[in-house]
Amino acid sequence: MKEQAGHKTFGVVAEFADGEALLKAANKVREAGYTATDAFSPIPVHGLVEALGIRRSRLAGLVMCGGFLGAATGLGMQAYFSVIQYPHVVSGRPLFSWPSFVPIIFELTVLFSAFAAVFGMFGLNGLPRPHHPVFDTPGFDRASTDGFFLCIQSNDPKYNATAARSLLEKAGAVKVSEVGQHPDDPE
Amino acid sequence: MAHNVVADKNQGFVEIEAVIDERHSLESVTGKISDIPLSPVLPRSIIGVGVVALMLLGAMMTSVGFLLVEGTGVWGINQPVGWGFAIINFVWWIGIGHAGTLISAILLLLRQEWRTSINRFAETMTIFAVMCAGLFPLLHVGRPWLAYWLFPYPNVMQMWPQFRSPLLWDVFAVSTYATVSLLFWFTGLVPDLATLRDRATGKIAKIGYGIASMGWRGSARHWQRYEIAYLLLAGLSTPLVVSVHSIVGLDFAVSVIPGWHVTIFPPYFVAGAIFSGFAMVLTLAIPVRALFGLKDLITLNHLNNISKVMLATGLMVLYGYGMEAFFAWYSANTYEGFMFINRATGPYWWSYWALIFCNGVAPQLLWFKKVRTSPAILFVLSIIINIGMWLERFVIVITSLHRDFLPSSWGMYTPTKFDWGLYLGTIGFFLFLMTLAIKFLPMISQFEVRELLHKKQHKNGH
Repeated sequence: MKEQAGHKTFGVVAEFADGEALLKAANKVREAGYTATDAFSPIPVHGLVEALGIRRSRLAGLVMCGGFLGAATGLGMQAYFSVIQYPHVVSGRPLFSWPSFVPIIFELTVLFSAFAAVFGMFGLNGLPRPHHPVFDTPGFDRASTDGFFLCIQSNDPKYNATAARSLLEKAGAVKVSEVGQHPDDPE
Repeated sequence: MAHNVVADKNQGFVEIEAVIDERHSLESVTGKISDIPLSPVLPRSIIGVGVVALMLLGAMMTSVGFLLVEGTGVWGINQPVGWGFAIINFVWWIGIGHAGTLISAILLLLRQEWRTSINRFAETMTIFAVMCAGLFPLLHVGRPWLAYWLFPYPNVMQMWPQFRSPLLWDVFAVSTYATVSLLFWFTGLVPDLATLRDRATGKIAKIGYGIASMGWRGSARHWQRYEIAYLLLAGLSTPLVVSVHSIVGLDFAVSVIPGWHVTIFPPYFVAGAIFSGFAMVLTLAIPVRALFGLKDLITLNHLNNISKVMLATGLMVLYGYGMEAFFAWYSANTYEGFMFINRATGPYWWSYWALIFCNGVAPQLLWFKKVRTSPAILFVLSIIINIGMWLERFVIVITSLHRDFLPSSWGMYTPTKFDWGLYLGTIGFFLFLMTLAIKFLPMISQFEVRELLHKKQHKNGH
C-alpha cells in the first residue's frame, strides 16, 4: 500500500535478491548507525541476527526455569500426596520412596519446559498478531516463499526517509518502498 | 509456473545419494508442496482412501457405542486374560507414534539432513497415532467419563493416585507425550501456514491459514527465538520418547507374570516402537510420494535410510526375542520355562511363529540395497512389519496371561466383533485424519526444505 497522506510511516522496506545480499545490506545498515531495524526472510538466515545487532534471546533461560518448576512440581506433588495427604504403605516401601517418583518428575520437567519453550517463543515474539504494518509492503507475500526484506523503522532516532532509501538502494536493494502505519496499529 | 517446469524435468530423477533435487529453486520447492493443500482437487485414490477410512470410522463408533452401553463385557476379555486387544492396540499405536518423534527430534539433533522431507509427515502420524492409542486405555477403564480419576486432584473421596505404579507413570508419560508432540508439530507448522496464507487465493483459505499462522512474518528476531525453541523442543522430545515407551515396557515388567517380568522389556520396547514406527512411515510415504509426484523431495535415499534404521531396530527386537528364550532357560524357573514352551507350541503357537517370520525373517531382506531402494517391495515389507509388531504385543499379552499359575485357572482368549471393530476402526480413524491432513496441511516442511536447498546450493557454489 502506498503511503497515505496524514498517516505516519512505519519505515522504509527494501527487498533483496537472496539471503547473502540481505546479510551484506544488514551489515551496512548497522554500520551506518541504525538500530530500529528488522529483516524478514522465508528461511532463518544465519548471521543476520548479529548483522542487525540484535541481542541474544533470553528464551533458553526461560525454558530452564520451566524445567526446574516442572521438577519441583513433580517432586513436591508426589511427596505431599504420598507422605502427608494420603500416607499408605505400598509393597513395604517407605512413604517417601523417591526413586519411584522419578518418572513423573521427569515427565513434568519435560512438559513444563516445552510449555516454556513454545509459549515463551510466541510470547516474546508478540504473536499471535494478525496484522503488522510490514504486511503492507508491496510483494511482501513472497517473504514466506523467496522474498528477502530489510526494514529501517521510522522510530529509529536517525530515521530520515530519503537517507534510508538511498542507503538501502546503495546496499543492493532490488526494490525500496515506504510503508505506512495504520492509525489504529499499536506503535 | 516455474515449478511445473522443474517438476517435468524431475521425471528422470533417480539419484540414490541425494536428499533433494538441487535443480529446484526456493519458489519451485515451496510451490510444489503448497500446491497440494491449495489445489481444489484431490487425487481420486486419496478420496477413495478417505471413504474407506470413514466406513471403518463408522465401525469404530458403533463398537464404542455398544461398549458404552453394555460395558467392557462386549470385549473378549475375562479371567485370566484381563488385558486383551485394548492393551495390544494401545502399545501398537503408541509405538507407531514414536518414529515421528525420532525423525523430528533425534535426527534433528544428529544433523541428519534426510529427515527434512519426511519429518512433517512423521510428526503428523505421531499425533494421530497417539490419539488412537489414548482411546484404548480410556475405554478400557470401563467408564471413560470418569477417566479423570486417574489424575491427582482434590476430591470428596479423599483419595489420591498411587504414584509408585507404572500404570500411573503411564498416564503422565502419555499425556505429556501427546502434549509435547502437538506443540512440536504446531511450532513446526507455523512458518508453513504463513506460506499457505500468503499463497492462498480463496478468501476462506486466506483467513483460515491466517488465523492458524498467528501472524508469522519471518522477522529475524522471531526466527532467532524460533530456532532456539525448536532445538530445545527436539532436545526435550528425545529423552521423552525413550521414557514413554520404557514406561510402557515397565507396565509389563513390574508385574510378576511369567513372560512379562523381564529386565529387557523397556529397551526392547523402545527398539520395537521405532521399528514399527518407521514401517508405518514407509507405508504412508511410499503411496504419497508416488501420488503427488514428490520423488524429488522424498528420494530413494530417504527410503534407503529408513530401511537401514528398520534393519537395525529389527535386529534389536530379534535379540529381545532371543533373550526372552534365554531368560526362560537360564532362570531355571518352572513357570518361565513353561511360558516359553507354551508360546512356541501351545494353543497360540501360530501367533509366535508368524511374529518370528514378520519381524525376524522378512526384515533380513533389508540387507540388500536393491530391496532398500525399490518402493514396491518396501511397501509390502512395511505392512508385514506392521502386522509383525502387532503380533508381538498379541504374543506378549495373550500367551503370558492365558496360562495362569494353576491349570484350574487356565483359559482362552477370543476377540469379539467389537474388539475387531474398534481395532480396525482406529485404523480408519487414523487414515481419515491423515487424508484430512494431506488435504489441508503442507505434508513436507517447507521452510526446512528451503533451508536445506539453500545450504546445498551454496555448498556446491551455485
